[in-house]
Amino acid sequence: METKLALNKRIYHQRFLLLMALPAVVWMIIFNYIPMYGVIIAFQNYRIIKPIIGQPFVGFEHFVELFTSGDFGNVMKNTLGISFLRLFIGFPLPIIFAIFLNEIKSISFKRFIQTVSYLPHFLSWAVLGGIMVNWLSDVGFINELLMNMGFISEPVFYLAEPDMFWGIAVFSDIWKELGWGAIIYLAAIAGINPSLYEAATVDGCNRFHKMIHITLPSIAPTISIFLILAISGMLNTNFEQILVLRNSLNQSASDVIDVFVYRTGMIAGRYSYAQAIGLFKSVVALILLGGANKITQKTSGHSLY
Amino acid sequence: MNKYKKKIEAFPIVNTVLMVFLAFITLYPIWYTIVLAFNDASDAALGGIYWWPREFSLESFQKVFEEDVIIQAFTISVLRTVIGTVTAILFTAMTAYAWSKKHLIGRNIYLALGTFTMFFNGGLIPGFINLKNLGLLDTFWVYIIPTMFNFFNLIIFTSFFRSIPESLEESAYIDGAHEGIIFTRIILPLSGPVLATISLFHGVWHWNDFFMGVIYVNNRDLEPIQTYLYRIITSGSVNTQMSATPAAVRSNAVNSTSLRLATMIVVTFPIVCVYPFLQKYFVQGMTVGSVKG
Repeated sequence: METKLALNKRIYHQRFLLLMALPAVVWMIIFNYIPMYGVIIAFQNYRIIKPIIGQPFVGFEHFVELFTSGDFGNVMKNTLGISFLRLFIGFPLPIIFAIFLNEIKSISFKRFIQTVSYLPHFLSWAVLGGIMVNWLSDVGFINELLMNMGFISEPVFYLAEPDMFWGIAVFSDIWKELGWGAIIYLAAIAGINPSLYEAATVDGCNRFHKMIHITLPSIAPTISIFLILAISGMLNTNFEQILVLRNSLNQSASDVIDVFVYRTGMIAGRYSYAQAIGLFKSVVALILLGGANKITQKTSGHSLY
Repeated sequence: MNKYKKKIEAFPIVNTVLMVFLAFITLYPIWYTIVLAFNDASDAALGGIYWWPREFSLESFQKVFEEDVIIQAFTISVLRTVIGTVTAILFTAMTAYAWSKKHLIGRNIYLALGTFTMFFNGGLIPGFINLKNLGLLDTFWVYIIPTMFNFFNLIIFTSFFRSIPESLEESAYIDGAHEGIIFTRIILPLSGPVLATISLFHGVWHWNDFFMGVIYVNNRDLEPIQTYLYRIITSGSVNTQMSATPAAVRSNAVNSTSLRLATMIVVTFPIVCVYPFLQKYFVQGMTVGSVKG
């Protein structure tokens, strides 16, 4: 009925509702959309003292400098290296953990394991970074243990070794998020119709047959969606984590895109140059999102949109 | 055949052992940190403590609470967590209520604008410039205003509001109440569980965030405790942890290590306190969010 009224009458009718609805629109314009306009500083020689409008345009100058400098190759190598490790190790582990945890018959034991596994997710990277720095220092737990066991004779300061940085970053990320990542798969497994398992038991399937032929296919849609999200976020390394674990000695392995933007833009003040790689990252993320969505749609029939 | 049968029976045992091992490697680093923090600092530096404090001491914690900077940072964290969570939850819930009304003028535009923000953003530097132009840098409000609205939380609110029977609102409407009254008097009181879930999540996020304090705030008086912790961890990690340092530097390192450990425990304590409550809600919250999102 309301749709037949003139617009001004509808606005009057909805005045309270609109008063509740519109502040968020204004908020989004200010905090989400105006910064999106700000990406054009990648094509300018931006100086922070003046407004974005009216600053000189320099075209692709910063991109040319970026792609021809040595920075780009190293930053991409680190970003992709850490991301691929996370994708190949960090992505399947929560699924495997969820499937195995589901096989635990005792409810209270299962709940205990779950409760414990979520805990690190709720600790900050500042705290976990503190734990890592502590364990991995030359007088830390790892050195003490390995030296007591006779595996090494000299203490190693692990966070100063660029060769170990990727592994440390990936492992600590798994340690923090394994249990949390499994929640969604556990929920999906809980939703599987039990009669499927009963039928399989009658057909003579053992536990592993059931895992592979019932559990896995049943949670495949969930896996696909999270895989698309993981792939589209490939250039997003865990910024907070790397900020905590990086130092001047491991910089050659810890300089990922986000850190590079922070370092050259916010610290060195080269806003336009840093934004050029930021924009490059957004464009690649968009392509990855579209691509991953297409591929999973074609191969499994599941997609995000 | 016999061998096959044996393997099946072994599985639950192997699985249980695996799970216990996982729980152990998850908990032990945290436990080890607690043990070290409660041990006398110079004794702890000798090593060899694994399960229980050797020389129990509260000195490290005493040092933490003697530092004015830490007390100040703790206060900032409490303030930003409380104010930030309340404003964000009320603002997002109010918006979700209005946007969930099918007849709202321009509804599809608002939802499209919101969805777009889930996938695209300007990035670190344009965001920083924007906050600078708004005059929010180096103010307390930089923690509150830019985090006031969250589209993902809005989706969770919306799906909850849909489960409230429409007849309740209609009867109030007929009695002459406008949407503002319906929202505050009917919808909010009915939304206890979802408000609690999202508040806990948002609150934990605010408490744990150190990033905003690093990027947007130079004034040490406005630094949250996590940013303080981040700073003492990263500043100490190279200089004081290298071997072959003089004795004076070494004892300095012992002191800074014990202060760091105690601060880590103090910072985590509030999280551990709310964890049992969180536990109750988050599985539900996670599933709703991801199924609808």
